[in-house]
Amino acid sequence: MARLNEANVVYAREIIGRYPKARSATIPLLHLAQQQDGYVTDEAMKHIGELVGATSAEILGTATFYEMFKFGPVGKYLVNICTTLSCALLGAEELMHHAEQHLGIKAGSTTPDGLFTLEHAECQAACTEAPCLQVNYRHRNRVTPSDLERLLDELQDGRLDGEIPAHGTVARVRQHIPSDRAVGVFAPDDVTTAPVWMPAQTEVPK
Amino acid sequence: MIGTTYPPAAGFVAGDRPQIVTSRFQYADAHTLHRYLATDGYKGLQAALAKSPVDVHADVKSATVLGRGGAGFPAGVKWGLTPQAVWPRYLVVNGDESEPGTYKDRLLMELDPHQLIEGSLIACYAAGLSQCFLYIRGEMAVAQERVATALNEAYAAGYVGKNILGSNFSVDIVLHWGAGAYVVGEETALIESLEGNRGMPRLKPPYFPAAIGLYGKPTIVNNVETLANLPWLLREGVAAYTAIGTETSPGTRMVAVSGHVKRPGVYEIINGTTTFRDLLYGEEFCGGIRNDNQLKAFVPGGGSAPWFLPDQLDLPFEAKLVGAAGSMLGSGAVMVMDETTDIVAAAYSLVRFYAHESCGKCTPCREGGTWLERIMKRLVDGHGTTRDLDQLFEIGQMICPGEFPHAASDRLGIEAKPFPFRMTTICFVGPSAYTAVDSALTLFRDEFEAKITQRTLIPVSAGASE
Repeated sequence: MARLNEANVVYAREIIGRYPKARSATIPLLHLAQQQDGYVTDEAMKHIGELVGATSAEILGTATFYEMFKFGPVGKYLVNICTTLSCALLGAEELMHHAEQHLGIKAGSTTPDGLFTLEHAECQAACTEAPCLQVNYRHRNRVTPSDLERLLDELQDGRLDGEIPAHGTVARVRQHIPSDRAVGVFAPDDVTTAPVWMPAQTEVPK
Repeated sequence: MIGTTYPPAAGFVAGDRPQIVTSRFQYADAHTLHRYLATDGYKGLQAALAKSPVDVHADVKSATVLGRGGAGFPAGVKWGLTPQAVWPRYLVVNGDESEPGTYKDRLLMELDPHQLIEGSLIACYAAGLSQCFLYIRGEMAVAQERVATALNEAYAAGYVGKNILGSNFSVDIVLHWGAGAYVVGEETALIESLEGNRGMPRLKPPYFPAAIGLYGKPTIVNNVETLANLPWLLREGVAAYTAIGTETSPGTRMVAVSGHVKRPGVYEIINGTTTFRDLLYGEEFCGGIRNDNQLKAFVPGGGSAPWFLPDQLDLPFEAKLVGAAGSMLGSGAVMVMDETTDIVAAAYSLVRFYAHESCGKCTPCREGGTWLERIMKRLVDGHGTTRDLDQLFEIGQMICPGEFPHAASDRLGIEAKPFPFRMTTICFVGPSAYTAVDSALTLFRDEFEAKITQRTLIPVSAGASE
């Protein structure tokens, strides 16, 4: 539970280097901290503040605005069941009720073995595939109560490890801009002229 | 590539219709550079680079490429709002799709990320935008992976970065990702989020970040689907684009139809001419209401849009006509409710969403949304009173003073009140919290009264679909 480790600091600096202002890297770095520790720790927020030039209070202010950041341990699998209209019309509340029964917990809590956290979620952009849910932000479509039981079993047995990483990791692929291809960044106020491909005086087309 | 497996991205339904943005969805490897190049990939960019930026901008303007994010503002006009001789200018791609009912941008990012990259490059070239930030919703893990992979491929192959395709056009595309907040889909909130702040919309004016945006500089914010149109437009030409659809709504648009239809799905439809009846009942589309039930109501343009009744089925997907009829096309999301739907509970589902997603900046939204949610919950639970119904309207007046847009109804003998509304909040989250309440209460007041007088409890639907 700590500051970002050495490898993550290297990656954090790479991310920061893509933005004209370091502060823009705040959310990606909070994700990185959550990936490292499973949730966002106070020490990590202080460290991120040092890296992007903000106070830890400012980082906390940003972090607490966003649903995905957790400030204490959650289950290895975060099961988010969508209950917005399209899903509600096709049985999302019933699915949630079933999940609560099956896991023996209420939405918003974690199973005693630390494996599953169950949450009510809002629209997940899979509305035609209702009712839908996400496990660690990976979709499952048209989920019936028996599908849900099977899914939880498969997660428990580790059969979906190749597809669904533990909570904290969202994308497993990272962007890397090769240095020989990068345009690079400039402080916004240092740029006063049009980019080279633009005519100096552009007219807006009629 | 890492050893990962993906379940197929379900939802898209192909048909014998023009395909501008979904033409590669048929290929299992549509997301790879290999497939993209084999299917006319990056030819739109080449066509653009062969012209002057002003000419490319003129193409986009004369093709009337309408914004697909919600407001329907023409992209070419938006690009022209940047002040003269103020540099640098930025592009922010809005991939924060989270409007209830909306499912299209995620498909475009997961299945054809290079098309989005190419569209973004064309926009940067035409409008002189020197850096692009591609903002993907935090909860879309697969879209983030697919776009990251595609960007890595595109950089290596010389399509992004310094001196693109050997020209003097150079731009970096930076993948950025959010962390879960609906309001960040609003363009000034998106910029705040991209600056590392809480995602709260900025005070207006300026009305467009094209004037003052990211880091205080001119910034174009375009929706994913809007940009995905550009490679085809530049490759095939303005005439081919405007030959599809109508003069005011050319081209196609992606529409997600969800809820009580036989075949829910994402359809690329012809803009301007396809009607809601075609879409809900047409054999090539949704094929009718489930179990051949009666249609009760539908939301025509995402959770923020006032509801329509069967009376409005023959309207086409044309912004002016839908606006005059009392709603909006919004983000291309149709949610269908059949006769078994508990209207009060359905409206509650939406008001809960907006109350939850209020950023808290504007009092009418923060307080009003919360009270709307509480009162609606009380009604759904069978504890409401007649006074509650007046209270809902009164709270609505605090958020949207004056008459609120609604559909016409033969049954009720009421005329349409056209879009839009007046509002006391900076962004549309506040009015959206009230929209479903107003629509439900205006069009189905009898169901609210039944909740109060009969005190029965019914779930949202009669059960999951077969």
